[in-house]
Amino acid sequence: MKHFTRKATRHTSQNEDLIFDKSSAGKAAWKLPPLDVPEVDASKLLGDAERKDLGNMPEVSEIEIIRHFTRLSTWNYAIDLGMYPLGSCTMKYNPRVNEVVARLDGLANAHPYQPERASQGALRIMKTLSDCLTEITGMDAISLQPAAGAHGELTGLLIVRAYQQSKGNPRKKILIPDSAHGTNPATAATVGYAVENLKSNAHGMVDVAALGEQMNEDVAALMLTNPNTLGVFEQEIHKIADILHAKGGLLYMDGANMNALVGKVRPGDFGVDLMHLNLHKTFSTPHGGGGPGSGPVAVKQFLEPFLPTPVVVAKSDGTLAFDYSRRQSVGRVRAFHGNFGMFVRALAYILANGPDGLRETTEDAVLNANYIRKGIEGAFDLPYTTPTMHEVVFSDRIQAKKGVKTMDIAKRLIDYGFHPYTTAFPLIVAGALMIEPTESESKEELDLFIEAMKSIAAEVEEDPQTVLSAPHSTRVSRLGETAAARKPVLRWKPNL
Amino acid sequence: MRYLPKSPADREAMLKAIGARSIDDLFAPIPAEYRLNRDLKVPRQMAESEIVEWFRERSHENGDGYATLLGAGAYYHYRPVIIDSLISRGEFLTAYTPYQAEVSQGTLQSIFEFQTMICEFTGMEVANASMYDGSTAATEAVMMAVRLTGRQSVVVARSVHPEYREVLATYAHHQGLPISLVPFSESGCIDLKELEKSITAETACVLIQSPNFFGTIEDVRSIAELAHKSGALLVVSIAEAVSLGIVEPPRQADIIALEAQSFGVPLGFGGPYCGVIATREQYVRQMPGRLVGQTTDRSGKRGFVLTLATREQHIRREKATSNICTNQALIALMANIFMTIYGKVGLKELARQNLAKTDYAVQQFAKHAKILFSAAPRFNEFVVQTSEDPYAINSRILGHKIVGGLPLKKFYPELGNASLWCCTEMTNRTSIDTVVGLAAQSERSVRSANEEADVEEVAR
Repeated sequence: MKHFTRKATRHTSQNEDLIFDKSSAGKAAWKLPPLDVPEVDASKLLGDAERKDLGNMPEVSEIEIIRHFTRLSTWNYAIDLGMYPLGSCTMKYNPRVNEVVARLDGLANAHPYQPERASQGALRIMKTLSDCLTEITGMDAISLQPAAGAHGELTGLLIVRAYQQSKGNPRKKILIPDSAHGTNPATAATVGYAVENLKSNAHGMVDVAALGEQMNEDVAALMLTNPNTLGVFEQEIHKIADILHAKGGLLYMDGANMNALVGKVRPGDFGVDLMHLNLHKTFSTPHGGGGPGSGPVAVKQFLEPFLPTPVVVAKSDGTLAFDYSRRQSVGRVRAFHGNFGMFVRALAYILANGPDGLRETTEDAVLNANYIRKGIEGAFDLPYTTPTMHEVVFSDRIQAKKGVKTMDIAKRLIDYGFHPYTTAFPLIVAGALMIEPTESESKEELDLFIEAMKSIAAEVEEDPQTVLSAPHSTRVSRLGETAAARKPVLRWKPNL
Repeated sequence: MRYLPKSPADREAMLKAIGARSIDDLFAPIPAEYRLNRDLKVPRQMAESEIVEWFRERSHENGDGYATLLGAGAYYHYRPVIIDSLISRGEFLTAYTPYQAEVSQGTLQSIFEFQTMICEFTGMEVANASMYDGSTAATEAVMMAVRLTGRQSVVVARSVHPEYREVLATYAHHQGLPISLVPFSESGCIDLKELEKSITAETACVLIQSPNFFGTIEDVRSIAELAHKSGALLVVSIAEAVSLGIVEPPRQADIIALEAQSFGVPLGFGGPYCGVIATREQYVRQMPGRLVGQTTDRSGKRGFVLTLATREQHIRREKATSNICTNQALIALMANIFMTIYGKVGLKELARQNLAKTDYAVQQFAKHAKILFSAAPRFNEFVVQTSEDPYAINSRILGHKIVGGLPLKKFYPELGNASLWCCTEMTNRTSIDTVVGLAAQSERSVRSANEEADVEEVAR
C-alpha cells in the first residue's frame, strides 16, 4: 500500500470450512439428564407422524463449535473494533450492562402468558420505557409491539388508515419525499396505499410550494424523515404540518434519524402526529448482524384509540395490566408483546444517560458529523451545503472523473481499517457517500477516518487502479454478486 | 457521560476546527421556537450498579424462579451456555447487516449454514435468513401465496395460534383479503369436511399449524391434497420447532412458516424470537426477507453474499415482496448454534424427552380430569378440561411457584374450563405431580359440592 494507514495492520485469521464438513457420526456436543418419567415408544404415540431421519444435520463436539463460530466471528467488522460510519444506521456503542440486565432470570425466563400478577416487573419496564419515549418524542401514547423500524412504519400507516377511515374515507395516497428510505414506499404499498413522490428542493429539503400543490383530499399522510437522509433538518417543518393538516392529512415521521434530536427538540412539538423509533439505532440495542430491532410507534392523543392491542395500563390499585378491549384498535401486529428484550436494553441505556447524558449524546453526534464534513470537504464533492445534523452526504463526482465510484472508495476504506459508509443512498444524490459517525467516536478515531478518506482521494488521483480493485487486505476480494443472483446457491448439499 | 469518548478540550478543539463558537451553533438549523429549553423528564443518570439493582428488583417482581407449564407458542427449553458465549462476541453482537460482504463473511457463512439446517430440518428446499417471529412469518407466507397464485382469499384453521390469526387479520384487512375460518373437529384437528367446503377457485392458500395450537398433529397429507386439488397452496405454521426432531415435517406443504424460539432463544416475555420462511425452490423469487447465497471472489475463492435483493425494499421500493428490512439475525444465530449443538441425534433425543414428559403428564391428569382431543397424536402440549375455572386452579398452583396451563376461554369461549398445558425436557416430575395433585383436589371439591347440592335437591 503506497499510502500507509495508522489505523490497521493485517494479521492472520483462521480458515474454517462449513460446519457440515466437520460432522461425523458419533460426535456430540449435547447431554440430556436421565428421564424422571417412563420412557415412551414414539412410534406408538405418533404412528405415521413419527419422523425417522433428520437428514444431514451435523454431528460435532463442543470445542469444534466454539472454534467454528469464534473463527467466523473474526471475519466480521464490528462497532467493538472501530468506527462504523453507516449513514442512517446509527451504529453506536452497545453498552454491555444492557446485555447483563436482559439476561436476569426473572426477565429472560418470563413466559409471555404468565399471570399479570407475576409479571409486574416486566410490565413496569414496559411502562417506564413508554413514559420515557413519549417524553423524548413529545408524543402522548405509544405501542412497543412492532418488531423493527419497517414494522413500526407498517403499524403507523395502519393507524393512519384506521384514523382516516374513522373520518369516513381511508384516502388513496401517501406522499413520500424522493430522499426517503426504501422501506417507506414498500410499507405504503403493504397497507394498500399508492405512493406519490415528493421532490426535494435545491437545499435537499421538502419543496413546500410543491407540497402545497400535491396535497389534496386523496392524501392520507406524508411520511417524512427528519432530519432527512441528507442529515438536513426540515426547517419549514411547521409549514409542512400545516399544509397537511389543513386538508385532513397526517404527518408521519420516520424516526430513523432521531439520534440528531433527542433532548434538543421533540417531534411532537413541531407538528408530527405519529412516528416510529428504532431502538436498535437511537437507543443502543445491538444490530446483531441484522437484527433484532424494535420499532415502537408513538402518537398524539387523538390517535391513541387506534394503537395495536394490547396496551399497558395502570389499574386503580397501582398494579399494571394489559388492556385488550380496544374497539378502534388496528389489531395486533405481532404475537405476544413485542421484542421485550430490546425494551430492557433501551431502558438501561436511557437510565445510564439521564436527561443530561441524552442531550450530550445528541450534541456529540452532531459535532462528530460536522467535524467530518469540515475534515473532508474539498477532497470530496458536497452536493448540498445546507447545515449538517448527525450525518453528512458527499458524492463521488470528483472521483468519478477517474472512473472511481462511491462503492470503490467504500471498499478501499476497508483496507484502512474502517467499515464502509452507506453507498448509493439517498437516491437524490448520484454516487452518494453517506456518513454517520454517531457520538461513539473519539476525536482520534475521527481524525484517522478523515486521514483515510483524504488518502483515498489522493490515491484516486495518483493510482485509481488500487482503489478500483480494493479491498486488498480482506480474506476474500470483491465477491461476484451478479453470479450469486443468476444461479443462486442458497444452501449446502452433500458432495456438492 | 461514560459512553462518550471526549474530553471538554476535544470538544473545544473540534468546534474550533469547524468554525463554530458553541455547540448551540450546530443546532441553529432547528427553528428556535421548537427547541427544547429544559431537561427531558426522564429518570436521572444512574451508575451501572444502580441500573443492575433496578432491573434486579423488576426481575424479582416477575415470577423469578417459577417453574412453568405454559407453552402456546413460547417454549421453555434448556439453552446450552455456549450459545451466549458465542453470540456475545462483539463481532457478531455489534455488526450491521452484512451488505459489505468482504468484512461480513462470519455473519454470512453462519446464515448460509442456518438456511441449510432449516431446509434439512423442515424438508424444504430454500429458507430465508429470518423473519420477526412465527406470527409475522405465517402472515408473510400467506401474502406470498397470494402473490404466487394471484388469488384473493385465504382459508385458515381455527386451530392456528389465535394471536397468529389476529396478526394475519390485521395485515389482510387493508389488503381486502377475505379470510374464512375452518373449525376443528373432535380430535382437535382441522375438520376436513368443513375444509373441503371452504376451499374455492379463489383460495390462494390454506393456513394450518402443526402441531397445532392444541398440540395435536394435523393430517398434513390429506389437507395438502384438498388444497392442491383446487390449485391452492398449503402454508404450514410450526410454532414448536423442537417437535421436528420426532414429528415428520410437513413435506407436502408449499411454504413453511417456522418459529425457531425453541432453539436456544430465551422466553424473554415474548421476544425477540425468530421467524423463518422455508419453501420450494420454484417460489424463491416471491419469498420475503434476506437470503444468503454462495459465490466466488475475483480469485475464485468461495465466499457468501446477500442475494436476490431485487425482491427487497431497498431496491424495489413499493414493488418489493415485503417491507421487511431489519430481521432477527442474532436470534437466528442462537438457533443456528442450538441446532449445531444438538445435531442429528440430539434433536431427536431432545424431542423424545418432550414426548415422554408430556405423555406422563397426560396419563396423570387423565386420572382426575378430562383430556380433550386425545384421538389425534400430540407432541408436547395437551388440553385439560376441569370442572372448576382454570384461573382459580392456577391461582393455587402459583402458590407453589409453578405457572399453570393457559385457560382457553379467552380464545375459545366454547371450550369452557379447558386449559392448554405444555411439558418440555425442563419440566420435572415433581412439578407435574404437584399440579396434578392440585387439579385432583379441585375436582374432588367440585364433586363433593355437587353431591351436597344433589342431596339438598333430593331432600327438598
